[in-house]
Amino acid sequence: MSAGTRVPGVHGHSATRPAARPAYLLMGVYFGVILVKSEAASWYRIQEMFRFEAFHMFGLIGSAVLTGMLTTWLLRRSGARSLDGQTITVAPKERGWTRYVLGGATFGVGWGLAGVCPGPVFTLLGAGVWPMLVVLGFALLGTWLYGALREHLPH
Amino acid sequence: MTELLDLLRSPWPWWVGGPLIGLTVPLLLLIGNRAFGISSNLRHACAILLPDAVKPGFFRYNWRAQSWNLLFAAGLILGGTLAGLLLADPEPTRLSAAGAASVQELGVQVRPGLVPAELTDLSNPGVWLLLGVSGLLVGFGTRYGGGCTSGHAITGLSTLQLPSLIATVSFFAGGILSANLLLPAFMAVIR
Repeated sequence: MSAGTRVPGVHGHSATRPAARPAYLLMGVYFGVILVKSEAASWYRIQEMFRFEAFHMFGLIGSAVLTGMLTTWLLRRSGARSLDGQTITVAPKERGWTRYVLGGATFGVGWGLAGVCPGPVFTLLGAGVWPMLVVLGFALLGTWLYGALREHLPH
Repeated sequence: MTELLDLLRSPWPWWVGGPLIGLTVPLLLLIGNRAFGISSNLRHACAILLPDAVKPGFFRYNWRAQSWNLLFAAGLILGGTLAGLLLADPEPTRLSAAGAASVQELGVQVRPGLVPAELTDLSNPGVWLLLGVSGLLVGFGTRYGGGCTSGHAITGLSTLQLPSLIATVSFFAGGILSANLLLPAFMAVIR
Protein backbone atom coordinates (compact mmCIF):
# COMPACT_ATOMS: atom_id res chain seq x y z
CA MET A 1 0.00 0.00 0.00
CA SER A 2 1.47 3.34 -0.97
CA ALA A 3 1.17 6.22 1.45
CA GLY A 4 0.62 9.58 -0.26
CA THR A 5 1.77 12.88 1.15
CA ARG A 6 -0.05 13.85 4.27
CA VAL A 7 -2.32 16.81 3.76
CA PRO A 8 -3.51 18.66 6.85
CA GLY A 9 -7.24 18.28 7.29
CA VAL A 10 -7.51 15.46 4.77
CA HIS A 11 -7.80 12.16 6.57
CA GLY A 12 -6.77 8.77 5.28
CA HIS A 13 -3.84 8.84 2.92
CA SER A 14 -4.20 5.62 1.01
CA ALA A 15 -5.93 5.36 -2.34
CA THR A 16 -9.49 4.07 -2.53
CA ARG A 17 -9.42 0.37 -3.43
CA PRO A 18 -11.56 -0.33 -6.51
CA ALA A 19 -13.19 -3.26 -4.71
CA ALA A 20 -14.41 -0.96 -1.92
CA ARG A 21 -15.94 1.64 -4.26
CA PRO A 22 -19.48 0.19 -4.27
CA ALA A 23 -19.38 0.06 -0.47
CA TYR A 24 -18.69 3.82 -0.20
CA LEU A 25 -21.40 4.59 -2.74
CA LEU A 26 -23.84 2.43 -0.77
CA MET A 27 -22.87 4.13 2.49
CA GLY A 28 -23.72 7.43 0.82
CA VAL A 29 -27.12 6.08 -0.27
CA TYR A 30 -27.67 4.78 3.28
CA PHE A 31 -26.86 8.17 4.77
CA GLY A 32 -28.89 10.09 2.18
CA VAL A 33 -31.97 7.97 2.88
CA ILE A 34 -31.55 8.55 6.63
CA LEU A 35 -31.18 12.33 6.13
CA VAL A 36 -34.55 12.39 4.37
CA LYS A 37 -36.40 9.88 6.55
CA SER A 38 -35.16 11.37 9.83
CA GLU A 39 -36.11 14.81 8.44
CA ALA A 40 -32.60 16.16 9.12
CA ALA A 41 -32.80 17.39 5.52
CA SER A 42 -36.03 19.26 6.27
CA TRP A 43 -35.69 23.04 6.37
CA TYR A 44 -38.62 23.10 8.78
CA ARG A 45 -36.89 20.84 11.31
CA ILE A 46 -33.72 22.96 11.28
CA GLN A 47 -35.73 26.11 12.00
CA GLU A 48 -37.55 24.30 14.82
CA MET A 49 -34.20 23.15 16.24
CA PHE A 50 -32.58 26.60 16.24
CA ARG A 51 -35.65 27.96 18.06
CA PHE A 52 -35.68 25.09 20.60
CA GLU A 53 -39.29 24.33 19.70
CA ALA A 54 -39.08 20.53 19.52
CA PHE A 55 -36.90 17.73 20.83
CA HIS A 56 -36.69 15.87 17.48
CA MET A 57 -33.34 17.18 16.15
CA PHE A 58 -31.70 17.15 19.58
CA GLY A 59 -32.78 13.55 20.10
CA LEU A 60 -31.55 12.72 16.61
CA ILE A 61 -28.08 14.28 17.01
CA GLY A 62 -27.75 13.15 20.63
CA SER A 63 -28.58 9.51 19.91
CA ALA A 64 -26.35 9.59 16.82
CA VAL A 65 -23.38 10.77 18.89
CA LEU A 66 -24.04 8.25 21.68
CA THR A 67 -24.33 5.40 19.16
CA GLY A 68 -21.23 6.55 17.28
CA MET A 69 -19.29 6.84 20.54
CA LEU A 70 -20.24 3.41 21.82
CA THR A 71 -19.86 1.50 18.52
CA THR A 72 -16.57 3.19 17.60
CA TRP A 73 -15.19 2.46 21.06
CA LEU A 74 -16.27 -1.19 20.74
CA LEU A 75 -14.78 -1.45 17.26
CA ARG A 76 -11.43 -0.05 18.33
CA ARG A 77 -11.39 -2.04 21.57
CA SER A 78 -12.07 -5.27 19.71
CA GLY A 79 -8.78 -4.75 17.88
CA ALA A 80 -10.55 -5.40 14.56
CA ARG A 81 -8.87 -4.26 11.38
CA SER A 82 -10.62 -2.57 8.49
CA LEU A 83 -11.76 -4.84 5.64
CA ASP A 84 -8.61 -3.90 3.69
CA GLY A 85 -6.40 -4.88 6.63
CA GLN A 86 -5.54 -1.48 8.10
CA THR A 87 -5.29 -0.85 11.82
CA ILE A 88 -8.28 1.33 12.66
CA THR A 89 -7.16 4.83 13.60
CA VAL A 90 -8.95 8.10 14.12
CA ALA A 91 -6.78 11.05 13.13
CA PRO A 92 -6.85 13.63 15.95
CA LYS A 93 -8.14 17.07 14.91
CA GLU A 94 -5.54 19.83 15.09
CA ARG A 95 -5.53 21.45 18.50
CA GLY A 96 -6.52 25.06 19.07
CA TRP A 97 -9.76 26.95 19.27
CA THR A 98 -9.66 30.13 17.14
CA ARG A 99 -10.46 28.43 13.84
CA TYR A 100 -13.11 26.25 15.44
CA VAL A 101 -14.91 29.19 17.03
CA LEU A 102 -14.67 31.55 14.03
CA GLY A 103 -15.10 28.94 11.29
CA GLY A 104 -17.73 27.05 13.25
CA ALA A 105 -19.81 30.18 13.89
CA THR A 106 -19.51 31.23 10.24
CA PHE A 107 -20.80 27.86 9.11
CA GLY A 108 -23.54 28.03 11.76
CA VAL A 109 -24.81 31.37 10.44
CA GLY A 110 -24.99 29.90 6.93
CA TRP A 111 -26.69 26.75 8.21
CA GLY A 112 -29.39 28.77 10.00
CA LEU A 113 -30.09 30.93 6.94
CA ALA A 114 -30.95 28.37 4.26
CA GLY A 115 -31.43 25.56 6.80
CA VAL A 116 -29.05 23.18 5.08
CA CYS A 117 -25.64 21.79 5.97
CA PRO A 118 -23.43 20.11 3.33
CA GLY A 119 -24.96 16.60 3.51
CA PRO A 120 -28.53 17.74 2.86
CA VAL A 121 -27.35 19.97 -0.03
CA PHE A 122 -26.41 16.82 -1.98
CA THR A 123 -29.40 14.83 -0.80
CA LEU A 124 -31.88 17.59 -1.63
CA LEU A 125 -30.39 17.84 -5.13
CA GLY A 126 -31.13 14.15 -5.51
CA ALA A 127 -34.66 14.77 -4.27
CA GLY A 128 -35.10 17.26 -7.10
CA VAL A 129 -34.74 20.50 -5.11
CA TRP A 130 -32.71 22.15 -7.89
CA PRO A 131 -32.31 25.58 -6.23
CA MET A 132 -29.81 23.81 -3.95
CA LEU A 133 -27.43 24.20 -6.91
CA VAL A 134 -27.23 27.89 -5.95
CA VAL A 135 -26.22 26.91 -2.40
CA LEU A 136 -23.71 24.37 -3.74
CA GLY A 137 -22.21 26.83 -6.24
CA PHE A 138 -21.73 29.51 -3.60
CA ALA A 139 -20.44 26.94 -1.11
CA LEU A 140 -17.71 26.05 -3.62
CA LEU A 141 -16.96 29.75 -4.01
CA GLY A 142 -16.73 30.08 -0.20
CA THR A 143 -14.42 27.07 -0.02
CA TRP A 144 -12.16 28.59 -2.68
CA LEU A 145 -12.22 31.92 -0.83
CA TYR A 146 -11.00 30.20 2.33
CA GLY A 147 -8.21 28.51 0.38
CA ALA A 148 -7.18 31.86 -1.09
CA LEU A 149 -7.32 33.84 2.19
CA ARG A 150 -6.12 31.09 4.51
CA GLU A 151 -2.71 32.55 5.27
CA HIS A 152 -4.24 35.84 6.38
CA LEU A 153 -6.72 34.29 8.81
CA PRO A 154 -6.11 33.55 12.48
CA HIS A 155 -6.14 29.83 13.23
CA MET B 1 -49.20 -3.26 -0.71
CA THR B 2 -50.53 0.26 -0.13
CA GLU B 3 -49.76 -0.19 3.55
CA LEU B 4 -46.17 -1.08 2.76
CA LEU B 5 -45.87 1.92 0.47
CA ASP B 6 -47.33 4.17 3.18
CA LEU B 7 -44.77 2.80 5.62
CA LEU B 8 -41.88 3.40 3.22
CA ARG B 9 -43.06 6.97 2.66
CA SER B 10 -43.40 7.79 6.35
CA PRO B 11 -40.72 9.68 8.25
CA TRP B 12 -38.85 8.00 11.08
CA PRO B 13 -38.81 9.02 14.75
CA TRP B 14 -35.51 10.41 16.06
CA TRP B 15 -34.70 7.22 17.95
CA VAL B 16 -34.59 5.28 14.68
CA GLY B 17 -32.71 7.86 12.59
CA GLY B 18 -30.20 8.91 15.26
CA PRO B 19 -28.61 5.50 15.95
CA LEU B 20 -28.48 4.78 12.18
CA ILE B 21 -26.64 8.08 11.65
CA GLY B 22 -24.20 7.19 14.45
CA LEU B 23 -23.42 3.83 12.85
CA THR B 24 -21.94 5.62 9.83
CA VAL B 25 -18.80 6.37 11.86
CA PRO B 26 -17.77 2.75 12.70
CA LEU B 27 -19.00 1.45 9.32
CA LEU B 28 -16.68 3.76 7.35
CA LEU B 29 -13.81 2.89 9.69
CA LEU B 30 -14.55 -0.78 9.14
CA ILE B 31 -14.79 -0.54 5.35
CA GLY B 32 -11.48 1.27 4.87
CA ASN B 33 -10.40 3.24 7.94
CA ARG B 34 -12.10 6.42 6.70
CA ALA B 35 -13.20 9.36 8.84
CA PHE B 36 -16.79 10.38 8.09
CA GLY B 37 -17.01 14.03 7.00
CA ILE B 38 -19.01 15.47 4.11
CA SER B 39 -17.80 19.06 3.68
CA SER B 40 -14.29 17.89 2.62
CA ASN B 41 -15.95 17.09 -0.69
CA LEU B 42 -16.30 20.82 -1.35
CA ARG B 43 -12.51 21.06 -1.07
CA HIS B 44 -12.03 18.05 -3.33
CA ALA B 45 -14.41 19.60 -5.87
CA CYS B 46 -12.32 22.81 -5.83
CA ALA B 47 -9.13 20.73 -6.22
CA ILE B 48 -10.67 19.06 -9.28
CA LEU B 49 -12.35 22.09 -10.87
CA LEU B 50 -9.97 25.02 -10.32
CA PRO B 51 -7.63 25.85 -13.19
CA ASP B 52 -3.96 25.89 -12.16
CA ALA B 53 -3.64 29.67 -12.56
CA VAL B 54 -6.13 30.42 -9.76
CA LYS B 55 -5.49 27.37 -7.59
CA PRO B 56 -4.23 28.19 -4.08
CA GLY B 57 -1.83 25.71 -2.46
CA PHE B 58 -4.65 24.53 -0.21
CA PHE B 59 -6.16 22.73 -3.20
CA ARG B 60 -2.94 21.18 -4.51
CA TYR B 61 -3.00 17.64 -3.16
CA ASN B 62 -3.83 14.20 -4.43
CA TRP B 63 -7.63 14.34 -4.34
CA ARG B 64 -7.78 10.93 -6.02
CA ALA B 65 -6.79 9.37 -2.69
CA GLN B 66 -10.04 10.86 -1.34
CA SER B 67 -12.26 9.54 -4.10
CA TRP B 68 -14.05 7.34 -1.56
CA ASN B 69 -15.66 10.51 -0.20
CA LEU B 70 -16.75 11.69 -3.66
CA LEU B 71 -18.43 8.30 -4.08
CA PHE B 72 -20.11 8.83 -0.72
CA ALA B 73 -21.40 12.23 -1.95
CA ALA B 74 -22.71 10.61 -5.14
CA GLY B 75 -24.51 8.13 -2.90
CA LEU B 76 -26.06 11.01 -0.94
CA ILE B 77 -27.62 12.26 -4.18
CA LEU B 78 -28.96 8.80 -5.04
CA GLY B 79 -30.29 8.38 -1.51
CA GLY B 80 -32.09 11.70 -1.89
CA THR B 81 -33.70 10.50 -5.12
CA LEU B 82 -34.77 7.24 -3.52
CA ALA B 83 -36.17 8.61 -0.24
CA GLY B 84 -37.01 12.18 -1.15
CA LEU B 85 -38.42 11.76 -4.65
CA LEU B 86 -39.55 8.16 -5.26
CA LEU B 87 -40.68 7.56 -1.66
CA ALA B 88 -41.37 11.17 -0.69
CA ASP B 89 -43.50 11.77 2.39
CA PRO B 90 -46.90 13.04 1.12
CA GLU B 91 -47.44 14.88 4.41
CA PRO B 92 -45.70 18.08 5.53
CA THR B 93 -42.96 17.87 8.21
CA ARG B 94 -44.78 17.18 11.49
CA LEU B 95 -43.66 20.28 13.35
CA SER B 96 -44.49 21.08 16.96
CA ALA B 97 -47.24 23.69 17.37
CA ALA B 98 -44.62 26.28 18.33
CA GLY B 99 -42.44 25.33 15.33
CA ALA B 100 -45.36 25.61 12.90
CA ALA B 101 -46.32 29.01 14.33
CA SER B 102 -42.74 30.35 14.00
CA VAL B 103 -42.44 29.14 10.43
CA GLN B 104 -45.74 30.81 9.50
CA GLU B 105 -44.57 33.99 11.17
CA LEU B 106 -41.62 33.94 8.76
CA GLY B 107 -44.14 34.00 5.91
CA VAL B 108 -43.69 30.33 5.03
CA GLN B 109 -46.60 27.90 4.58
CA VAL B 110 -46.18 24.41 6.02
CA ARG B 111 -46.70 22.19 2.99
CA PRO B 112 -45.39 18.76 1.92
CA GLY B 113 -41.75 18.77 0.84
CA LEU B 114 -38.40 19.24 2.55
CA VAL B 115 -37.79 22.85 1.57
CA PRO B 116 -40.62 25.39 1.34
CA ALA B 117 -41.58 26.86 -2.03
CA GLU B 118 -40.98 30.37 -0.65
CA LEU B 119 -37.26 29.59 -0.37
CA THR B 120 -36.83 27.89 -3.72
CA ASP B 121 -38.58 30.41 -5.96
CA LEU B 122 -35.65 31.53 -8.09
CA SER B 123 -37.76 34.16 -9.86
CA ASN B 124 -37.37 36.11 -6.60
CA PRO B 125 -33.97 37.87 -6.41
CA GLY B 126 -34.19 37.80 -2.61
CA VAL B 127 -34.13 33.99 -2.71
CA TRP B 128 -30.88 34.09 -4.72
CA LEU B 129 -29.43 36.42 -2.09
CA LEU B 130 -30.50 34.15 0.79
CA LEU B 131 -29.28 30.92 -0.83
CA GLY B 132 -26.08 32.56 -2.10
CA VAL B 133 -25.08 34.14 1.23
CA SER B 134 -25.92 30.91 3.04
CA GLY B 135 -23.85 28.80 0.63
CA LEU B 136 -20.90 31.19 0.79
CA LEU B 137 -20.84 31.07 4.59
CA VAL B 138 -21.28 27.28 4.66
CA GLY B 139 -18.37 26.76 2.24
CA PHE B 140 -16.05 29.28 3.89
CA GLY B 141 -16.97 28.32 7.46
CA THR B 142 -16.70 24.56 7.04
CA ARG B 143 -13.17 24.77 5.66
CA TYR B 144 -12.10 27.43 8.16
CA GLY B 145 -13.53 25.37 11.02
CA GLY B 146 -12.29 22.10 9.50
CA GLY B 147 -15.63 20.33 9.17
CA CYS B 148 -19.41 20.42 9.31
CA THR B 149 -22.11 18.60 11.23
CA SER B 150 -20.84 15.20 10.06
CA GLY B 151 -17.10 15.67 10.60
CA HIS B 152 -17.29 17.55 13.90
CA ALA B 153 -20.70 16.98 15.53
CA ILE B 154 -20.95 13.28 14.61
CA THR B 155 -17.42 11.93 14.02
CA GLY B 156 -15.53 14.35 16.27
CA LEU B 157 -17.87 14.11 19.25
CA SER B 158 -18.14 10.32 18.83
CA THR B 159 -14.37 10.10 19.14
CA LEU B 160 -14.22 12.53 22.08
CA GLN B 161 -12.30 15.33 20.38
CA LEU B 162 -12.26 18.68 22.14
CA PRO B 163 -11.84 20.75 18.93
CA SER B 164 -15.07 19.19 17.64
CA LEU B 165 -16.92 20.15 20.79
CA ILE B 166 -15.72 23.76 20.40
CA ALA B 167 -16.77 23.68 16.73
CA THR B 168 -20.20 22.16 17.47
CA VAL B 169 -20.99 24.72 20.16
CA SER B 170 -19.96 27.45 17.67
CA PHE B 171 -22.17 25.96 14.90
CA PHE B 172 -25.14 26.20 17.21
CA ALA B 173 -24.26 29.70 18.42
CA GLY B 174 -24.11 30.88 14.80
CA GLY B 175 -27.24 28.99 13.79
CA ILE B 176 -29.33 30.24 16.70
CA LEU B 177 -28.28 33.79 15.89
CA SER B 178 -29.04 33.54 12.18
CA ALA B 179 -32.30 31.58 12.41
CA ASN B 180 -33.74 33.92 15.03
CA LEU B 181 -32.38 37.29 13.90
CA LEU B 182 -30.97 37.24 10.37
CA LEU B 183 -33.51 34.97 8.69
CA PRO B 184 -36.54 37.03 9.80
CA ALA B 185 -34.80 40.11 8.33
CA PHE B 186 -34.13 38.28 5.05
CA MET B 187 -37.70 36.97 4.92
CA ALA B 188 -39.09 40.47 5.42
CA VAL B 189 -37.24 41.43 2.20
CA ILE B 190 -38.19 38.26 0.30
CA ARG B 191 -41.93 38.47 1.02
